[in-house]
Amino acid sequence: MNAEPGGVAELKFRDPGRARELTAALARLVQEFHRAPVTLMHVCGTHEQAIARFGLRTSLPPALRVIMGPGCPVCVTDLGEVDEGVALALQGVHIATYGDMVKLPGSSKSLADAQAEGARVAVVYSATQAVELARATTEPVVFFASGFETTAVATAAIVLAGPPANFSVLSAHKYVPPAMEAVACLPEARVEGFLAAGHAAVITGYGLFEDFARRHRTPVVVAGFEPLDILAALVKLLEMIRDCEYGAANAYPRCVTREGNRRAQESLWRVFEAVDGPWRGIGVIPNGNLQLRKEWAGLDARRRFRIDVSGLARAARSELSRRCLCGKIMVGLVEPTDCPLFGRECLPESPVGACMVSSEGTCKIWYQYGGRPDLGGRA
Amino acid sequence: MSKLGDTVAQKHGAGGPAMRALIESVFVAGLGPAGAGLAAMDDGAAIPVGDRFLVLTTDSYVIKPLVFPGGDIGRLAICGTINDLAMMGATEPLGLTCAVIIEAGFAIAELERIRDSMRATCAEAGATIVTGDTKVMGKGELDGMVINTAGVAFAKRVVPDSGLRPGDRIIVTGSVGDHGFAVMAARHKLQLQGALVSDVAPLNGLVRAALAAGGEGVSAMKDPTRGGLASALHEMAAKGQVGIVLDEACLPVRSEVRAASELLGIDPLHVANEGKAVIGVRADAADRVLQALHGHPLGRDAAIIGTCVAERPGSVILDTGFGRRLLAEPDGELLPRIC
Repeated sequence: MNAEPGGVAELKFRDPGRARELTAALARLVQEFHRAPVTLMHVCGTHEQAIARFGLRTSLPPALRVIMGPGCPVCVTDLGEVDEGVALALQGVHIATYGDMVKLPGSSKSLADAQAEGARVAVVYSATQAVELARATTEPVVFFASGFETTAVATAAIVLAGPPANFSVLSAHKYVPPAMEAVACLPEARVEGFLAAGHAAVITGYGLFEDFARRHRTPVVVAGFEPLDILAALVKLLEMIRDCEYGAANAYPRCVTREGNRRAQESLWRVFEAVDGPWRGIGVIPNGNLQLRKEWAGLDARRRFRIDVSGLARAARSELSRRCLCGKIMVGLVEPTDCPLFGRECLPESPVGACMVSSEGTCKIWYQYGGRPDLGGRA
Repeated sequence: MSKLGDTVAQKHGAGGPAMRALIESVFVAGLGPAGAGLAAMDDGAAIPVGDRFLVLTTDSYVIKPLVFPGGDIGRLAICGTINDLAMMGATEPLGLTCAVIIEAGFAIAELERIRDSMRATCAEAGATIVTGDTKVMGKGELDGMVINTAGVAFAKRVVPDSGLRPGDRIIVTGSVGDHGFAVMAARHKLQLQGALVSDVAPLNGLVRAALAAGGEGVSAMKDPTRGGLASALHEMAAKGQVGIVLDEACLPVRSEVRAASELLGIDPLHVANEGKAVIGVRADAADRVLQALHGHPLGRDAAIIGTCVAERPGSVILDTGFGRRLLAEPDGELLPRIC
């Protein structure tokens, strides 16, 4: 148990018996609403991974919908951002980036295509590794950085540590809270409560969501990634909706506090500022992009290089990509299985939409684990 | 179905859908009519001889590193072929062939160590190598060595991998994922806690015991090598036109393997085993077979892990204790997450 206000009792993480108690509680709670469905949204690919991997959806009451919102940073990386990375790579600059970014389609090419044409693209597992790559050469190295708050803090740390002169950053970092605002303003999404990602809240603190919850009359509960973490957070969320308690609660108290990691927040905002920017398939999200502040111009690849994307002029959208529903999937309006391309023309090895590229993407996760099939009751 | 593409890729050898697509569209389609075996894409061919079947199988072995915790390429080459015969119900090998292709520069002392390992494994399996072939290729033309073995044995009744029926129980003869993680740790020099040791072993003795106890009640067998338990079950479910519901809590997975799997983000059901069998049994024979397996040193951890159902033919469903989901088949090379 914890003394943290807003906290929910901490749990043993994987106990099927306790899980059954929690799903029974969810069934009781959702019945009290006398309407269906009640829709809750999480905004994190890792939550979707856990929900799918443990088959949690088959145990949830049918009247409760838990859907994924814009929680995959690779999926929302805009075509224009990919084009910038591809253009730099084709200009001969070494690109270092996270694995899933390599296959992500741009207007006409992905980094993998550029690589096949001879461009130098290295997959790194951390921001530090990108700096090491720069130290090992005298040629320019650009870290094509993607991800939400969690990886943005890591990028900020290497910027503050003073990387070598041949190193710079092409930021495709995104900030989640503004995207939650955007979804909360979509009346057709009908989201009644949000699960916030535990790892991002370690940095931002759950207090960040209090104002949002009040303004949108939509409670937010921060959740961890074990099955019981998620189920307990869903129970808390339904209780808050029932009680018209429009605030933020912490169902991940073993890692998250109200104020978060102040030092990490300071580094994040010393290096980055939030600016309006396009999210793939969704549109411009006010304050949704993290761009390097002017004081770090020397480390900003956009200021340092003349990035010419004109050679990558937008090819006419193919018939296939016009039918792709990724944009609607990412704001929770439809599910992957509603897309006519899912599992047919759009497959992990030949993705049409961004959600089938990344291991954090809803479509790829549903393809791997079966999404929400009717698999019968528990044995 | 996976598209083939213009050139052969690593995934075409990984044991999953891409490999089956390559075999089906290039070899089975192009070499037919297949006679007894090829079109069935079973572990080996069964040629009728009088009232018995002569079972014939062949396999080539490449592995990096050549020596790994728990075994080496020599032991692997003997066990692989003995086990393919055994999975067809042929547990008394008449003879094995052994063809080796060696890279110039290979140390004779290492070659002798691998030969000794093959001899010891043959003794364990009650098998002999009756003929062979040796070739040497230039340095850099192959990586160390390749071994091919073939084996022949008689079977009174062929146990196909297509024999599952609704109601059958699925038994696995021991812990899964041991070989794959041991080799992965050795190959990538991963410093993992605890001993990850390959399970490579000849299974003909164990299978003999299971067949003696289960008789006609043994409906299907397969060794879950490349592609792991997931691929083996998918293939058995598709060929038998049944759904398989697995109970995750019953799956024997050693704690070292579980830890490595969480760390690397690789499912133990997706990696190779070289000393395990998946056995389908009629419900009334399940306890008898399980008991017989428990009485054999290689079957002490055997467990009933699932049941065949008529619904969703061809799919494998995992009951996690928290809910149910489809168990995906791995496709392509498994790469450890390094972060």
